[in-house]
Amino acid sequence: MTTTTATPKLPAGRTVTLGASRVAYEVKTYFRQGDSVFFTFLFPLIFLTIFSVAFSAASFGTNASGDKVTAAEFYLPAMLAAGVLLSGLQNMSIDIANERSDGTLKRLGGSPLPVLSYFIGKIGQVVVTGLLQSGLLLLVAAVAFRVELPTDPAKWLTFAWVFLLGVSTCAVLGIALSALPRTGKSATAVIIPITLILQFISGVYLSFSQLPEWLQNFASIFPLKWLAQGMRSVFLPDSFKTLEMGGTWNLSGVAIVTAIWLVVGLVACRLTFRWIRKDS
Amino acid sequence: MTTPEPHVRVRDLRKTYGNFVALDGVSFDIERGETFALLGPNGAGKSTTIEILEGYRDRSSGEASVLGVDPQHGGLDWKARLGIVLQSSGESGNVTVREQLAHFAGFYPHPRDVDEVIAAVGLTDKAKSRIKSLSGGQRRRVDVALGVVGRPELLFLDEPTTGFDPEARREFWELIRSLKREGTTILLTTHYLDEAAQLGDRAGVIAGGTLIDIGTIDEIGGADSRIPLVRWRDENGQHEERTTEPASLVARLFAATGGEPAGLEVRRPSLEDVYLALVAAHGTNDKTMDQLEHSL
Ligand SMILES: Nc1ncnc2c1ncn2[C@@H]1O[C@H](COP(=O)(O)OP(=O)(O)OP(=O)(O)O)[C@@H](O)[C@H]1O
Ligand SMILES: [Mg+2]
Repeated sequence: MTTTTATPKLPAGRTVTLGASRVAYEVKTYFRQGDSVFFTFLFPLIFLTIFSVAFSAASFGTNASGDKVTAAEFYLPAMLAAGVLLSGLQNMSIDIANERSDGTLKRLGGSPLPVLSYFIGKIGQVVVTGLLQSGLLLLVAAVAFRVELPTDPAKWLTFAWVFLLGVSTCAVLGIALSALPRTGKSATAVIIPITLILQFISGVYLSFSQLPEWLQNFASIFPLKWLAQGMRSVFLPDSFKTLEMGGTWNLSGVAIVTAIWLVVGLVACRLTFRWIRKDS
Repeated sequence: MTTPEPHVRVRDLRKTYGNFVALDGVSFDIERGETFALLGPNGAGKSTTIEILEGYRDRSSGEASVLGVDPQHGGLDWKARLGIVLQSSGESGNVTVREQLAHFAGFYPHPRDVDEVIAAVGLTDKAKSRIKSLSGGQRRRVDVALGVVGRPELLFLDEPTTGFDPEARREFWELIRSLKREGTTILLTTHYLDEAAQLGDRAGVIAGGTLIDIGTIDEIGGADSRIPLVRWRDENGQHEERTTEPASLVARLFAATGGEPAGLEVRRPSLEDVYLALVAAHGTNDKTMDQLEHSL
């Protein structure tokens, strides 16, 4: 007769506590990695500066009291949305593809770390860095470019949910997209064109209202257009809503489309995420 | 009476990569608390075997059980009882040695003391250094430390001491001996036969995906391969004789020469000699098979 080795159960709730420990670890390593901080963290800030200086003489319309809307004011919501996309989707997918290539994930996969704790760590890192990034953008916009920030608490509430929903959606989609590149080396080449095209068609660099209607419709499939629209509703004068599709901010549209992508991303992660490719 | 089930049990294990057969019917057991050394030339299939047992690769056929669980379906509870040191692990390491070990220790229910583990692998001076600033051998020691920090019942070591200096290797042997005293089961692959002889209770020699011999360290290769070798020189040149009674031979030589024979050496074949003979014999078998196939 043989006895089977009884496997003791691990304590419940460790997924969450380990997730928290992963967040701390991820944030720490993120800021120790000089290049990723520059490209994804400061990128929107640099673009806001360039646009504000380059288009300082251009007119973007007027607000209710007849004052001119400056370039900084016009581009602030776009850059906030771009920051969410870059920190969440682009940085995340390249980061994970690299971790799969360099053996980090193989090591984690051989340890009793739950996959979910790993995801919590990644999403937490994006939330923390995204918050710092937005805070910095708002600060520079207000101090250096004299953008008047909203005072209405309702606007900030909108900002909060658009930001959180956007960040989680982008992070989850980033995890899902990390399965696309075959190697860490090809990751930037595979991912950056996707995010770059999205930014161009979603009204980040180009004014959305000036895009042809078919392109506007196409861009509306993806979450970035809606994120940028949600941000515009917070930071642009209310009169600007006439420039949007259908002439309204359509915040329920923002919530619905982004939430659908969040669910799509979660399902894709659940189905496709592997610590390593077993065939190699 | 119940006999405990072995910690590792492998039966007729096969693994193919496309048309290439990497493992062809490998079977062995590793008992609880035993240290088993898997030896073999480059490309023999050692890492393939070990990674199948760790759950990283799927076997093509055969049976495998690790701590009573099929490694293809091992959950987190199962992983918590394993320690894994992979053959290669080249992560960037933007954290310090201590941060990394403390972080990984947190994954396990009963981890070892982080500073004790750091001391055991001789990295106390480097505890606060970023891993990526360490030398190759020092980074390898971090890998070993990460493998043992979770207090594993079963430890997989795939060429753990690659790049270690001689002193670090001795320290590593001490560490492994203390783990053995605690009852840890160990599966070790290495190209250092003295290491296998120092640490192993039993060894298996694998070549070309098949297990060509298996046994305790002093039995492997058969009794004949252990027959001592006596070497000496005289006016006729160099002599070599294998005998089970080396002392009598030396006594006869002494009587015959009437003094110390020149260049006298009495040597018991080391594990390395036995291993090389085994692998060489296997290689000639392979070649004759190949020639046969070609001539057909
Ligand atoms: N992913 C793979 N795809 C195709 N062939 C592979 C793969 N992994 C290993 N092999 C082949 O299988 C054989 C056994 O490889 P393995 O890594 O197990 O050898 P090993 O005994 O660990 O060698 P070493 O001492 O060099 O580490 C080799 O011929 C190798 O080329
Ligand atoms: Mg190997």
